[in-house]
Amino acid sequence: MAAPAPSRSTAEATLARQFAALKALAATPGRAAAFARFAASGLPTRRIEAWHYTDLRAAMTDAAPLAPAPDGAAIEAARALLAAHDKIGVARLVTVNGRFAPELGDAPPDGAAVAGREARATEARDAMASLVEAMSPDSLTVEIAAGAEIAGPIEIVHLAVGEGAFSLYSWTEIALGAGARATVVETFLGATPAVQRHAATTVRLARGGWLKHVAAIGDEAELHLESQLIDLEAEAELNAFGFVSGGALNRRQIFARLAGADAKIALGGLALIEGTRRADTTLEVVHVAPRGFSREFYRAIVADEAVGVFQGKIMVAPGAQKTDGAMKSQAVLLSPQAQMNAKPELEIFADDVICGHGATVASIDPEMIFYLQSRGIPKEEAEAMLLDAFGAEAIAKVDDDALAEGLRARLAAWLAGRNLRTEANA
Amino acid sequence: MAAVQETVDRVRAIDVDAYKYGFVSAIESDVAPKGLNEGIVRFISAKKEEPEWLLAWRLDAYRRWLTMEEPKWARVDYPPIDFQDLHYFAAPKNAAGPRSLDDVDPELLRVYEKLGIPLVEQEILAGVEKPRVAVDAVFDSVSVATTFKAELAKAGVIFCSFSEAVHNHPELVKRYLGTVVPSTDNYYATLNSAVFSDGSFVYVPEGVRCPMELSTYFRINEKNTGQFERTLIIAEKGAYVSYLEGCTAPKRDENQLHAAVVELVALDDAEIKYSTVQNWYPGDAEGRGGIYNFVTKRGDCRGARSKISWTQVETGSAITWKYPSCILRGESSRGEFYSIAISNGRQQVDSGTKMIHLGRNTTSRIISKGVSAGRSQNTYRGQVSAHRLATGARNFTNCDSLLIGSECGAHTVPYIEAKNASAVIEHEATTSKVSEEQLFYCQQRGLSAEEATALIVNGFVRDVLQQLPMEFAVEAQKLIAISLEGSVG
Amino acid sequence: MLEVKDLHVSIHGKTILDGLSLAVKPGEVAAIMGPNGSGKSTLSYVIAGKPGYEVTSGEVLLDGENLLDLPADERARKGVFLAFQYPIEIPGVATMTFLKASLNAQRRGRGEADLTTPEFMRRVREASQRLKVDQEMLRRPLNVGFSGGEKKRIEILQMTLLNPRFAVLDETDSGLDIDALRIVSEGVNALRDPTRGFLVITHYQRLLDHIKPDVVHVMAKGRIVASGGPELALELEKNGYRDYAVEAA
Repeated sequence: MAAPAPSRSTAEATLARQFAALKALAATPGRAAAFARFAASGLPTRRIEAWHYTDLRAAMTDAAPLAPAPDGAAIEAARALLAAHDKIGVARLVTVNGRFAPELGDAPPDGAAVAGREARATEARDAMASLVEAMSPDSLTVEIAAGAEIAGPIEIVHLAVGEGAFSLYSWTEIALGAGARATVVETFLGATPAVQRHAATTVRLARGGWLKHVAAIGDEAELHLESQLIDLEAEAELNAFGFVSGGALNRRQIFARLAGADAKIALGGLALIEGTRRADTTLEVVHVAPRGFSREFYRAIVADEAVGVFQGKIMVAPGAQKTDGAMKSQAVLLSPQAQMNAKPELEIFADDVICGHGATVASIDPEMIFYLQSRGIPKEEAEAMLLDAFGAEAIAKVDDDALAEGLRARLAAWLAGRNLRTEANA
Repeated sequence: MAAVQETVDRVRAIDVDAYKYGFVSAIESDVAPKGLNEGIVRFISAKKEEPEWLLAWRLDAYRRWLTMEEPKWARVDYPPIDFQDLHYFAAPKNAAGPRSLDDVDPELLRVYEKLGIPLVEQEILAGVEKPRVAVDAVFDSVSVATTFKAELAKAGVIFCSFSEAVHNHPELVKRYLGTVVPSTDNYYATLNSAVFSDGSFVYVPEGVRCPMELSTYFRINEKNTGQFERTLIIAEKGAYVSYLEGCTAPKRDENQLHAAVVELVALDDAEIKYSTVQNWYPGDAEGRGGIYNFVTKRGDCRGARSKISWTQVETGSAITWKYPSCILRGESSRGEFYSIAISNGRQQVDSGTKMIHLGRNTTSRIISKGVSAGRSQNTYRGQVSAHRLATGARNFTNCDSLLIGSECGAHTVPYIEAKNASAVIEHEATTSKVSEEQLFYCQQRGLSAEEATALIVNGFVRDVLQQLPMEFAVEAQKLIAISLEGSVG
Repeated sequence: MLEVKDLHVSIHGKTILDGLSLAVKPGEVAAIMGPNGSGKSTLSYVIAGKPGYEVTSGEVLLDGENLLDLPADERARKGVFLAFQYPIEIPGVATMTFLKASLNAQRRGRGEADLTTPEFMRRVREASQRLKVDQEMLRRPLNVGFSGGEKKRIEILQMTLLNPRFAVLDETDSGLDIDALRIVSEGVNALRDPTRGFLVITHYQRLLDHIKPDVVHVMAKGRIVASGGPELALELEKNGYRDYAVEAA
């Protein structure tokens, strides 16, 4: 049943005008096709099952003007942002408002090739991924040669630089050749509450490729809409983690396809949500080939009047026998007004599988607080201690000491900041 | 123990015709012309000699229905239903209110005998060991017999057909009808509100523990007939009632529509236990025929400390679309949902529950066991929500799926919505297959592959079977074995 | 009574049994000892008929009848019993239910009537007392949450009730403490009679202190490499399997 096509919203009309004005892009068949896919469904509403808890069409009253190509002043502002940000890993690559800025970053390490260029067309079914594909000015491509092993993390810093309201589109491609090994961190920085960020990252691992990926979002964008499109060939292995502590409306969506036999994926995340923020993690892991292995582990701490969403779907296609999939989502609610919505789904079309999911929503166990208090620890401290432990267990899924330590520091800072903010309000 | 033995016997006894309730009975009946319009709604209401307010209620629902769309969100797939190609009313002739069992058409009694449902009280009384069960038998659209009425009346319990309740207890019907499932609720419930023809009515007064199990057996016999029954059960303060419904239908090549509504109301400290053994004709192995079972069942825990417990064993129907739910309004009220859904052949099941926590310290528990075999699709769909004022709400959900064969599907779609920090919601789900190791172990002890599968499946669903009244648990166990017949290669 | 003739078995193309021959006479207790990976468990599974093993050649005869074409349940009804090294858990199925279902399946397979419930209960009570199996345990789901020793006792309880013609005990001593080992062994010894054959598979000699074998076979690399009397087991205990492993290579 086709829903009666809603009339175009203000934001949809603006987006259509903006795309048409990007004449060079609009004339590129792949881009035009991507925009057409977006336009066909429009901004997602709750009627789209994958957007059941985030009504983007209602939330996005209009599309902000497109960020222009960065000028000298913008590059200087970008340098200042970078200077305040600790460098992670062996090489830093930088994008500014969705454009690759090689002058701000490092040369790629041996075995890695980096370029800003036209993205390869995808057939993303999701409207917002399609929109990024249509609108992004270029694509930052990181390719790791077959067999290469990169010694430390490559960090991609996505900067939002500029005054006032603007929107930006960034498209990133990470591709590992057969047997290659690498670690990539994507850090999103600089967005103010007037920024609408649309980001997409494709991850392709050839046979036996091994990638560890961390995405960290801590800035203040009005909208942070991020899609990861993941494709794993046989025996490839991906560990991907998302750390979310910012954004008024944050939506991370992960579409992973285990296309080759014996592929392994471990997805994890921690969302720290406070104030009136909304953070939505939606993922779909599709097992197409036999003997796939997937683990999903997501935790959220939801405070104040914030809303957390986790939707996870493990799908096992016919023939994907011996799939082993397990998903867990856990949330802690800290205030009477905080909300958590979880929808862990299994969709299974093969019989010889072991799949499971678990989901819990609860407050901090008062018995535990009491136990700690009885040992002389003040209540707030006890609470922070338990939350720190709760978050740290999720972060441990990164399975990399240095990266985990960095994330734990951010968790500790968030918890400390929260106590201060709570006191200020009291 | 004995039950397993019977299961095994039953599996062995199965020959070609696996669906033993597939006979058609030669009962003369009154059938309304095909099609749906205001005239038909008036016709049904007139046939039942209903008061004006009820006709108005029906017409209101009918007009609303015209503006509604069929829900499409469930994982079920079927060709469009031509609502004008159905009869909306069929009643066995001479069944216009039998005064006693002696008035019931003997052919009808034989039908129920064939179904194994006792409608003759003496017979039941003669059986010394059997627990007594009062039965309301609904044939096509009409209640044909209700047993043990007199004895129930002594306890103050009203158990009668819905039509009788409209005439004899209009104030109760008027007060409660549509208060749990409003006539605007959803496409099928609204349709039911317009055209429902009969069903069962139960009222248990304050402080009364219903002295026996109550039971309704539904039977669709007529061709091209939709069945739209409506059940209303009210348990006053401190009352208790256990109710069971069973359903069968003849084998027919065309699909038949069953769109029922069940409303339960539990006041302070009341408890309603509602069990279903649903064995509508599931269609043949190729998916021809079978019942479309689109049912709205909801219980309202209106009073403090009230409790509603749904137990269902779903083995039949081509399509099952039902979500027996609880609205936990009263403080410290409790909802339970125990479900076994078995699908085989081309059956499609989309079933589950909603537990809506509104009141303080409300608790709920969901145990769902899905077994898919053949080329069937079996979906658990559930919602647990804890609202702002539901401080201290607790839910535990466990839903497990078992797959037999590589061409079926098992799906789990839970919605968990917490708007209260003191709520604790726990959900766990697993999907797996009957393990080769278990099968071999059983076979090494002498059980055939089919016996071993039945045994393992019965173990898998045991937690839920235990919730059924003893007699029905045995019946359900047999059904499960029959439903899985032919699923082991 | 049981004859294994030149048996070749492989799994996923890998040869596990490589021309194994063996005969057990009625009334005989034959022990098979051998190092890990010599194919002992495979032999027990192939005799019992576990799917997934490819028999490329050879025969397994019970009283002259080839078992290899029969599914596991028919072999069981002909009197083959396997006491599993790792008994399988069956959630939700009470042990008592399982005992009755299997006993009656076998009886029916032989054209006998089902046991009446009192008769069945009497037999279970007797056997479980002897094996120190608590009645409470029989109400629990089969093997679920049972200790290693409890599982093995339940295996022997099943064997006692099913009264097989020929029983294979696969490492029944593994995971048993000394008391449990004694109880289990007594259970087995009580079933020794002139018409029944046993194949006792074990890695260690200690089980054979309790269940005295008539014959001891040594297995290595998928075949029998030495046979002798009970003294062979003692010798192995002293010298280990090295000699045989090398010899078979």
